[in-house]
Amino acid sequence: MSRMMTGARMVVEALRDQGVDTVFGYPGGAVLPIYDELFQQNDITHVLVRHEQGAVHMAEGYARSTGKPGVVLVTSGPGATNAVTGLTDALLDSIPLVVLSGQVPTFMIGTDGFQEADTVGITRPCTKHNWLVKDTDKLAGTIHKAFQVATSGRPGPVLVDIPKDVQFATGTYVGPKQIEPARYQPVRKGDITAITRLVELIEAAERPILYTGGGVINSGPGASQLLRELADATGFPVTSTLMGLGAYPASGKNWLGMLGMHGLYEANLAMHGCDLMINVGARFDDRITGRIADFSPQSIKAHIDIDPSSINKVVHVDIPIVGDVGHVLEDLLKVWKSRGRKVNSAALNQWWQQIEGWKAKNCLGYRNSDTIIKPQYALERLEALTKGRDRYITTEVGQHQMWAAQYLHFDAPNRWMTSGGLGTMGYGLPASIGVQMAHPDALVINVAGDASWLMNMQEMGTAVQFRLPVKQFIMNNERLGMVRQWQQLLHGERYSQSWSDSLPDFVKLAEAFGCKGALVKDPKDLDGAIQQMLDYDGPFILDVLVEKHENCFPMIPSGKPHNEMLLGEAATFGVIESEGAVLV
Amino acid sequence: MNALNIQKGASSHSAYDLRDPNSQVEESHTLAVLVENEPGVLARVIGLFSGRGYNIDSLTVAEVDHTGHRSRITLVTRGTPAVIAQVKAQLGRIVPVHEVHDLTVEGPAVERELGLFKVRGQGEKRVEALRIAEIFRANVVDSTLESFVFELVGTPTKLDAFADLMRPLGLADLARTGVAALSRGI
Repeated sequence: MSRMMTGARMVVEALRDQGVDTVFGYPGGAVLPIYDELFQQNDITHVLVRHEQGAVHMAEGYARSTGKPGVVLVTSGPGATNAVTGLTDALLDSIPLVVLSGQVPTFMIGTDGFQEADTVGITRPCTKHNWLVKDTDKLAGTIHKAFQVATSGRPGPVLVDIPKDVQFATGTYVGPKQIEPARYQPVRKGDITAITRLVELIEAAERPILYTGGGVINSGPGASQLLRELADATGFPVTSTLMGLGAYPASGKNWLGMLGMHGLYEANLAMHGCDLMINVGARFDDRITGRIADFSPQSIKAHIDIDPSSINKVVHVDIPIVGDVGHVLEDLLKVWKSRGRKVNSAALNQWWQQIEGWKAKNCLGYRNSDTIIKPQYALERLEALTKGRDRYITTEVGQHQMWAAQYLHFDAPNRWMTSGGLGTMGYGLPASIGVQMAHPDALVINVAGDASWLMNMQEMGTAVQFRLPVKQFIMNNERLGMVRQWQQLLHGERYSQSWSDSLPDFVKLAEAFGCKGALVKDPKDLDGAIQQMLDYDGPFILDVLVEKHENCFPMIPSGKPHNEMLLGEAATFGVIESEGAVLV
Repeated sequence: MNALNIQKGASSHSAYDLRDPNSQVEESHTLAVLVENEPGVLARVIGLFSGRGYNIDSLTVAEVDHTGHRSRITLVTRGTPAVIAQVKAQLGRIVPVHEVHDLTVEGPAVERELGLFKVRGQGEKRVEALRIAEIFRANVVDSTLESFVFELVGTPTKLDAFADLMRPLGLADLARTGVAALSRGI
């Protein structure tokens, strides 16, 4: 049944038909008709943000914690350009988003009208796909298509640009089931020959490792379950990228911890020394591989990825399997079981002994202090005091992000929201708000650094307005810690612009926003302060003054392979050669 | 990036990979890309090449099926085999791209290009230009007492050769369409 309605009503109708319950947005001239429709309904909650970048990061937090697409509504011109950072962030981390932007009326496009920008042109390289809708009759179908593209295959952000006259005009509404079947249908099932070949290798492998990534999370909770089954049944060690934390539980017996530049010693050495690497939904990012020429030199590499362009992009693999992680793991387990659940147990035992040796290095050890709060200690206490609770963590970007990945433990997928690929400072606060909107009763903590947090601090207003009890755990070193660390390691300790001067008083800032804040600087008071934050029924800013010059270790210096990790403060000078120094 | 000799898109591309690009042999490939004829689709294809640092040596595009809204982009690109594989995979990822065919490896193909050559001259040079045009089976599509415009269809190398010969004879201007290509056989 087709119905006639205005374009603006179609937008709301289409969102409702797509099961959308929350929209993050900011009104403006070119979206007023849509806001008028939102005003006249109660099914969809609109979260008024303070800056459009915040809206997109909130939608990312919502999407990553629920597995559902996040929806954003912004106006034309500056509204759309402010969304660009968030779109790029979502593209690099494969997060499904549907962003709706207003546009000047079709007859004004190209005239440099007020608040006109070439939104589809600007967002073309930072979306999976985008559309400019010039005909109201095509609006509903395009929005349904947008949801399909955002959520299928490798997920990603899409944008629909809607001119104001298209919102006012009347057209025919079509429902999600009335649109023609999408031609865009990415492969989901993996090639069974390749899967069988991988099973043969699994049966014989002496030093295997599962290297898992965000693809496992994106594939859904079923994929995480299958990964656990595979790891536990075979006894293979598991490591994960920053994006994949929680897919395999940190409390699981096969867990090695995160790998990569600030990954764990045992994880990186196992990657370097393995003879069979099974990449499950990761993409050989440069933070993971270190120097390509020396990346896991002796291993046969299998790569399960839904995106064919990920295969052989960075590292040449021996067994590419294009398909959805969940489907491929299911088939893999079926084949492996039907062939008698074989593994090379004797060799595996030896491999684990070797791994235990690396674990014994205790690479996350640090020198604690009675007088100053060490950032690692702060996170250990946060972990201890929230243990057993269903806890969602977001982060900003920098040292605190890496420490959070090292010292906090995730036992379930969709509990860890961090900007991985783009490394967007200012991500964590809005993301925590998006997560809390999706999970009103859950404990949501943003582990932040002082510099990152300031980048989108205006969103505290949003948290207060919507009574979202997000906990802002700011590890304040009055520095851009990671920048400072790199300047210490490879720029002769010349700390160019890497300190936070004129920081606000975060406690007063919390009060100014109408929420609660506290400051803690003595390690003895830390537990009490954390408990106060956790117990407070509302948004809370905890300003944790931490050691200002702590460096984040372990670390693979730029341009070095996995087996040349730095474990601590010792011998950190002159370790990065000039070739490595030009890298980031 | 160039100072470091990092080849974007190479199979072993990484910011950590400081290889000598000369150690890899580049190949030229002709790709046929069938796309949905919708606004911006060409910009997506070109943006992919500029954004990821791939080469475009030639590109032609036109609608080939009006009712089916299909356009065909024929493009000639250059790169190591790994880069070519990435180019194809990245093209395939664009939502309105229906099919990507590598005519260079998928079997024999015909490649043709049309060129228009304006040659100015008088006397012996003018006669020589006309004589060479006949050898190449070029058509005269415009003529004044002091100039010709020749139309020539052929492979890009044939057009190159013709241009080289016309240059000393007064080649004043030339326009080329870029390559259109189809696989041979059924």
